[in-house]
Amino acid sequence: MIEMKDVYKTYSNGVLAINGISIKINQGEFVYIVGPSGAGKSTFIKLMYREEKPTKGSIVINGIQLENLKEKEVPYLRRNIGVVFQDFKLLPKLTVYENVAFALEVIGENPKNIKKKVLNVLDLVQLKHKARSFPDELSGGEQQRVSIARSIVNNPPVIIADEPTGNLDPETSWEIMRLLEEINNRGTTVLMATHNKVIVNTIRKRVITIEDGKIVRDEARGEYGLYE
Amino acid sequence: MVFMNKTLGRHLREAVKSLGRNAWMSIASISAVTVTLLLVGTFLVIMMNLNNIASNIEEDVEITVLIDRTADQNAQNQLESKLKNLEKVENVQFSSKDQELEKLIKSFGEKGESFKLFEQDNPLNDVFIVKTKVPEDTPVVAEEIKKMRYVENVQYGEETVKKLFEVVNVSRNIGIVLIIGLVFTAMFLISNTIKITIFARRREIEIMKLVGATNWFIRWPFFLEGLFLGALGAVIPITVLVVSYNSLVNIAVPYIQGSFVELLPFSPFVFQISAILLLIGVLIGIWGSLMSVRKFLKV
Ligand SMILES: Nc1ncnc2c1ncn2[C@@H]1O[C@H](COP(=O)(O)OP(=O)(O)OP(=O)(O)O)[C@@H](O)[C@H]1O
Ligand SMILES: [Mg+2]
Repeated sequence: MIEMKDVYKTYSNGVLAINGISIKINQGEFVYIVGPSGAGKSTFIKLMYREEKPTKGSIVINGIQLENLKEKEVPYLRRNIGVVFQDFKLLPKLTVYENVAFALEVIGENPKNIKKKVLNVLDLVQLKHKARSFPDELSGGEQQRVSIARSIVNNPPVIIADEPTGNLDPETSWEIMRLLEEINNRGTTVLMATHNKVIVNTIRKRVITIEDGKIVRDEARGEYGLYE
Repeated sequence: MVFMNKTLGRHLREAVKSLGRNAWMSIASISAVTVTLLLVGTFLVIMMNLNNIASNIEEDVEITVLIDRTADQNAQNQLESKLKNLEKVENVQFSSKDQELEKLIKSFGEKGESFKLFEQDNPLNDVFIVKTKVPEDTPVVAEEIKKMRYVENVQYGEETVKKLFEVVNVSRNIGIVLIIGLVFTAMFLISNTIKITIFARRREIEIMKLVGATNWFIRWPFFLEGLFLGALGAVIPITVLVVSYNSLVNIAVPYIQGSFVELLPFSPFVFQISAILLLIGVLIGIWGSLMSVRKFLKV
């Protein structure tokens, strides 16, 4: 599903953010990416959806070889990957429904299917009743649920979340975690970078620990490391 | 280019929306295109008409050789064969003074009636009309003929043709410089308008990229916006062209009838120029948006 071999990433300013990572993640896994600030977690994630290109090494996502990928093929890679961020990235002038539908419209989805798919996924994130609300009328947790709905509406085999609970209070964070687990239970691979120790130690999953651009631990039922 | 019949409606809506959203920039861009095309239109109308006139004249650049009145039939025949033997001459035609008067009367239309008085006592000469093989040789041949016996004088449209071509050349150069400057200004303004649109949409564009919209899908609305700005800029110039050329033709024709000055007929000339203006407007628009899209969109 996801495979990296000897991947290195040096930014143009000379920072070596990923320093030789090899990893294999199977379809349907739930994986936490943890590590101190500046360890390279976000870079690791950006390499997967081709926000950044590796300096060296090979990456395969869902059968797509990223090193040979042409620029104009990148959009088709991204249709396989739902991405979720700490800051939600919703469009403020669009309603909840429109924000989710947007993701389908811009990839040329048949308008006939859009409504059904959007309502389905809003049902899953339990926001059907807020379909006509605008993002600034929602709580942070609700906004994150909309952004998760948008990331999965196209039914990608994998979703990648970079600190999805980073802006949320503990209560709301659990809500988001339950949602991500539910999505994972339906067969979607979930990758999640986080600093939330309690979550990682409570909802026990595979934990990959990155430090200084290297994987220092990779445990099937791991724990949050000893750094703060 | 990824084609997109099912999403065309969406792109059109987006393009029109941002025209309205940056109303002032849109108006500025459209005005720049309008000014440019007004000038291009005026220029084209003048140039093409001058060219037409010049080539009309050039085509019948002929030398009129006035035959000395003292020449008898024999002398006249001699002169004719001498003219015909000139290497650069294509043909020589005799025209009697009565025929010449007739032509003169005709060329003046109704006002020519007054020349009928001269029918009794024709002051004109018998002439040979000499045509050279190439128009450029006319002056040389004319000089040569002037020296021959029994030639009272020679006439040809030397000065007129020379001056006309000078005018055509000078105004062409001025016009081209002006138009190039204006085209660039218009392109620059359009690309700025598009830049503002791109900036206003940067979040949307970011999300489009994240969820896997193709580059062409992202670019289309901006191309359409540029295209609209250019096409809208052509509306006023085309209207002005159609209306004013129509009146020009109506007003001028009675005055210039019969002279070598002649306006190109309204149709198809005006429609051709209109098409050219629309095309230039659209190209300016697309080019302007191309510059911004390439520089600021990074897709
Ligand atoms: N676009 C960039 N250009 C240059 N250097 C970068 C860029 N993005 C990240 N870096 C550097 O790369 C290193 C890894 O950054 P990254 O964002 O991947 O860390 P992180 O593990 O996500 O940290 P955090 O937990 O704080 O989010 C850091 O030293 C960072 O300064
Ligand atoms: Mg990070």
